Amino acid sequence: MGKKTPLYDWHLRHGAKLVEFGGWDMPVSYEGVLAEHQAVRERCGLFDISHMGEFFVEGPEAEAFLQKVTTNDVSRLKDGDAQYSLLLYEKGTAVDDIIVYRLAPRRFMLCVNAANIDKDREWLLSHLSGQVSLTDRSPEMGMIALQGPKSGAVLQALGFDLASLKRFQCRETSLAGAKGLIARTGYTGEEGIEVFLENGDLLRLWEAFLKAGEPEGIRPIGLGARDTLRLEMGYPLYGHELSDVVDPLEAGLAWVVKLGKGEFIGREALARIQERGPARELKGLTMEEPGIPRGGYAVFAGTERVGAVCSGTFSPSLQVGIATALLTRGAAAESGEIFIDIRGKMKKAKITRLPFYSRK
Amino acid sequence: MNFPEDLKYTTEHEWVRIEGDVATVGITDYAQEQLGDIVFVELPEEEETIDKGDTFGVVESTKSVSDLYVPLTGAVVETNDPLLDSPEIINEDPYGEGWMIRIKLKKPEEVKELLDAKAYQKLIEEEEEA
Repeated sequence: MGKKTPLYDWHLRHGAKLVEFGGWDMPVSYEGVLAEHQAVRERCGLFDISHMGEFFVEGPEAEAFLQKVTTNDVSRLKDGDAQYSLLLYEKGTAVDDIIVYRLAPRRFMLCVNAANIDKDREWLLSHLSGQVSLTDRSPEMGMIALQGPKSGAVLQALGFDLASLKRFQCRETSLAGAKGLIARTGYTGEEGIEVFLENGDLLRLWEAFLKAGEPEGIRPIGLGARDTLRLEMGYPLYGHELSDVVDPLEAGLAWVVKLGKGEFIGREALARIQERGPARELKGLTMEEPGIPRGGYAVFAGTERVGAVCSGTFSPSLQVGIATALLTRGAAAESGEIFIDIRGKMKKAKITRLPFYSRK
Repeated sequence: MNFPEDLKYTTEHEWVRIEGDVATVGITDYAQEQLGDIVFVELPEEEETIDKGDTFGVVESTKSVSDLYVPLTGAVVETNDPLLDSPEIINEDPYGEGWMIRIKLKKPEEVKELLDAKAYQKLIEEEEEA
């Protein structure tokens, strides 16, 4: 048995199918992945993502420390700003992808992937120096995401004005009597927020969202639809598009890497990769023949093997098989024909600009 | 969950309806429930000869790929092609419109090895507890 979020019993009572993910027993779906996916694209959905990790970095040298261990430019953040960023190994591959929140000039929060909590904490602690402390509050904190075009209406019903928060801004506030950090971020491509709060307040806020969202047709959403939603947007998932053998330049994340900001771990390796150009590039692929690509399937340009699928699924919005794949740089441009080896059969696919899905 | 008494079952969660020397095959209510929304199905060519225990196709949900196993040796005489465009029929009506293939049996004696509804139900209960 894996770890349980404070909403575990609620999920069971409401018919969730459970799946092990990153050491946690998480809901994969309630009424079905397709219906849940559609609910988020058309109305709104509620996600229990309490498996995600929360670290607090505090002290006079907190910013200097984060500049050293993350790839994005922390000095650009003002209080209440959030920033997508990466932790890298010296060789330039990824420890994790994270979001950095500046709560106060000397107080930051990091949101990290569930499966990487222990690894990230140990890695950060090993680089900790100066007047700065790192506290892993993952065990005591939970996280709920509200996503979908009706999110603003649901928040309004709880007395929160979504328009008061710009994208990638956050604020400590009280919602339905629960104190938490509310951030205008998400992993679906839709309007919405993510809330961090103490475990003890999680159920109260969860139920308040469901009640406030009832007129809007709100639904609880499992990890199954969370994955199809993020893949339609081309958002990376650590362990698939990004990993300890993939660097951010080949993963298409150069925009998160600020080589000019000064020293940071992995900078030298990335500068070298930048100079000669990355060997591979992340591409979106859409099936032109029936079939669903899956992680690990080989990709061919003509008859030459040029890479492999990172993530693949059936896109509920587009009703076709889609995939991300790491391909030899330039291979896709040179050959007109791309194929994916689906269980021994070559199935035609075409290179597609990410995201696969654009909001209506 | 529903397991009709007039059908036979396999440990791989296929059901079989025997009519003379022809067997109609699909996946059980339990199997479709476990898979979730089915979004893709691959079926064999008609007239293909298939051996018991081999795979005859796949069903895929958004998240997973599952092989379909041949319950009885024979030749494929018919495939349910509407499933190719509308695989959700398997979720909606697994024992009816969701049938997959019809096999003309070459070794009718294999039928004895299939499970009846009661034995299949017991198997599921054991899987659920595991």
